[in-house]
Amino acid sequence: MSIEDLSQISQAERDARDAIGHQINVCVAASCLSLQSDKVKEELEKAVEAKGKKDCCKVRGVGCMGLCAAGPLVAVEKEKVLYQGVTPEDAPAIVDALGGEPVARIQGDLEAPFFARQQKIVLENCGRIDPERIEEYIAADGYLALIDTLTAMTPIGVVQQVTRSGLRGRGGAGYPTGLKWATVNKSQGTRKFVICNGDEGDPGAFMDRAVLESDPHRILEGMALAGYAVGASQGFVYVRAEYPLAIKRLKLAIKQAEKMGLLGASIGGTTFGFNVDIRLGAGAFVCGEETALISSVEGGRGTPRPRPPYPAESGLWGYPTLINNVETLANIPTILRNGPEWFARIGTAKSRGTKVFALAGAITNTGLIEVPMGMPLREIIFDIGGGVPDGKAFKAVQTGGPSGGCIPESGLDMPCDYESLAKLGSIMGSGGMIVMDETSSMVDVAKFFMEFCMDESCGKCVPCRVGTAQMHELLRQISAGEATARELALLEHLCDVVKSTSLCGLGQSAPNPVLSTLHYFRDEYESKIAAGEAAAAGHAPPAGGAA
Amino acid sequence: MSGRPSAKPAAGAPSSKVKTLTIDDRLVSAREDESILDAARQNGIQIPTLCNLDGLTPVGACRLCMVEVKGSSRLFASCVTMVGEGMEVVTDSERLQKYRKTIVELLFSERNHVCAVCVSNGHCELQNLAQTLGVTHLTVPYLHPKLPVDASHERFVNDHNRCVLCQRCVRVCGEVEGAHTWDLRGRGIDTRVITDLNQPWGSSETCTGCGKCVHVCPTGALTEKGKSIREMAKQSRFLPYLTMMREDRSE
Repeated sequence: MSIEDLSQISQAERDARDAIGHQINVCVAASCLSLQSDKVKEELEKAVEAKGKKDCCKVRGVGCMGLCAAGPLVAVEKEKVLYQGVTPEDAPAIVDALGGEPVARIQGDLEAPFFARQQKIVLENCGRIDPERIEEYIAADGYLALIDTLTAMTPIGVVQQVTRSGLRGRGGAGYPTGLKWATVNKSQGTRKFVICNGDEGDPGAFMDRAVLESDPHRILEGMALAGYAVGASQGFVYVRAEYPLAIKRLKLAIKQAEKMGLLGASIGGTTFGFNVDIRLGAGAFVCGEETALISSVEGGRGTPRPRPPYPAESGLWGYPTLINNVETLANIPTILRNGPEWFARIGTAKSRGTKVFALAGAITNTGLIEVPMGMPLREIIFDIGGGVPDGKAFKAVQTGGPSGGCIPESGLDMPCDYESLAKLGSIMGSGGMIVMDETSSMVDVAKFFMEFCMDESCGKCVPCRVGTAQMHELLRQISAGEATARELALLEHLCDVVKSTSLCGLGQSAPNPVLSTLHYFRDEYESKIAAGEAAAAGHAPPAGGAA
Repeated sequence: MSGRPSAKPAAGAPSSKVKTLTIDDRLVSAREDESILDAARQNGIQIPTLCNLDGLTPVGACRLCMVEVKGSSRLFASCVTMVGEGMEVVTDSERLQKYRKTIVELLFSERNHVCAVCVSNGHCELQNLAQTLGVTHLTVPYLHPKLPVDASHERFVNDHNRCVLCQRCVRVCGEVEGAHTWDLRGRGIDTRVITDLNQPWGSSETCTGCGKCVHVCPTGALTEKGKSIREMAKQSRFLPYLTMMREDRSE
């Protein structure tokens, strides 16, 4: 496969598309599919057939368009019309309206801030191409960066490009991607591996799923580029088994890329070869931690081990291993295609580029968005997200999943980047944003996340294994009004112990939701404690019982 | 320590360098592939541990051996942190004492450790730790789990009520005896040691009956049958000798 071959495929694809008068895109990613978008697609196809518009009209399935709250979504491409909440019964009306006045009843507003304020790099193809056809990815300049790089750049050159872009790991910690690549590149090893971490487990986060389902070739291209840069010839995508559609599309994408010579031996006629295999996660949240993930890929129990040595030095089967998150790798093809300077101009000085967020909870526009780093939280939640529904007041936003924290109204004007969120006592994490309204009890929020950490603790180290269970019980007592000031003091002490002494990031960050809610909403804890003290003074025995 | 898997496939080249560091203000020297814990022990400085045992791969699971290193606000598990030139290590501070006490308390709260009726009373590493650290009572509530006792083996007993999940039995069986009878099942607070695929110990087809697991077990979880209260003393000293006498186990 050469640049010329790619542009031939690309041209043929564009010509075929131009020949069609109307292109109707139906979202067939998980969220819309769960609302029967497959039926919608089927009915649209039938309607096109029945109305004799087969020659001038084509219906195709595309990936996530982002506005999951209003699904199923259908877009008429050239006319720039979006339909939302489409039912199979709407199909004839949509086909009738082609070329004329759109069906106002179900028409969505593409000029709304939700669409207009976004800037898409990672999601640039999501909802625009058919994820099951490699030709459409190629027509969107896919694999151009790979072939171009393999024939014109040295591996160190690629590392330098990534370094200059300022890209930081999108999995949560924000480690400089270029530095990680350089370390693996320099590590000595007879073999090296690239792993794509698709074990997205934070409650309320679905960024990686959307990318894998909507644009799988982007990940394969990013991995091949990473393999070339660090000197690896084998890659693994670690996807959680709970994402069957992502797995199916990824498998198909690997086959298509292999068939076209974009994966496998001597890619683009060069000496570089790269293979990708899929490994399925068995449902443990801790396997998102890189050393636990490696153990799981090796076939062992998914438990973390102490670092150093870091995977960059001693990873999969002891060989140097590069582990990047799905979203990190999804940035790579575009960075190499448009140049690092282009990427570095987006975002803030320390957090370059864009970030994908999954909006969930008490927010009008639940769904997936991508915005430049540094956009204030208020703009994300109220302008793009449409604010809190049902006239309720905003209370807090939880970022970073179980490792993150809750940010109150007073923190909303901070720019959304790695450093600012850390200052607010939370983290960027993988990009989940759960909005809570005035009806949420913050003690219950902390209890929910602690229960999650307790269930997902691997059980290896004592503070995380027993500490999370004890903290969950204390939070249950506080929430039920059975606890006194003694229990609250003990909870704070355990937060300190578990945070300071746990083996891996799961335990070290498990107290964060408690600490941040205690910091911003201490009054809620105290009113529960007051109730508990009153009950104790009234000689009502606490339900937990004395040990 | 020969039990540690080498991060780099060293071809037996005796190229490791010697580093100088201070532990509790005492100047000590150690090979660069030795842990802070090794270096401290060689110099008579005792750091509390429970999962660590000379002769087994360190896992850093109990978190009792955490130490402070000057210049970092983080704590380091001394069993898995290698020495470094000029490192200044503090093994005993008010903060470390506080954490260690709580970790021991958490272990006592997790299972049903009733010393008074335990065959290992007086010979138990957990009990010794509690005494050394001054854990006289618990500030965290007991969890009182309902746990079984497996007495199906003709010579040994596995009492889950006294297990601290240090994984010494798992490691000695896999790394030294080579049988890999022991492993873990479940996760978090529901983690348990198991024999074979969670079958009764007595029906295990892989167990050789060597008893190494019993003697490396720090508590009364694995014991010999026929022992009464206070009678079960463990002999874990065989392990360093055994591993030393074996030629280069890493090959």
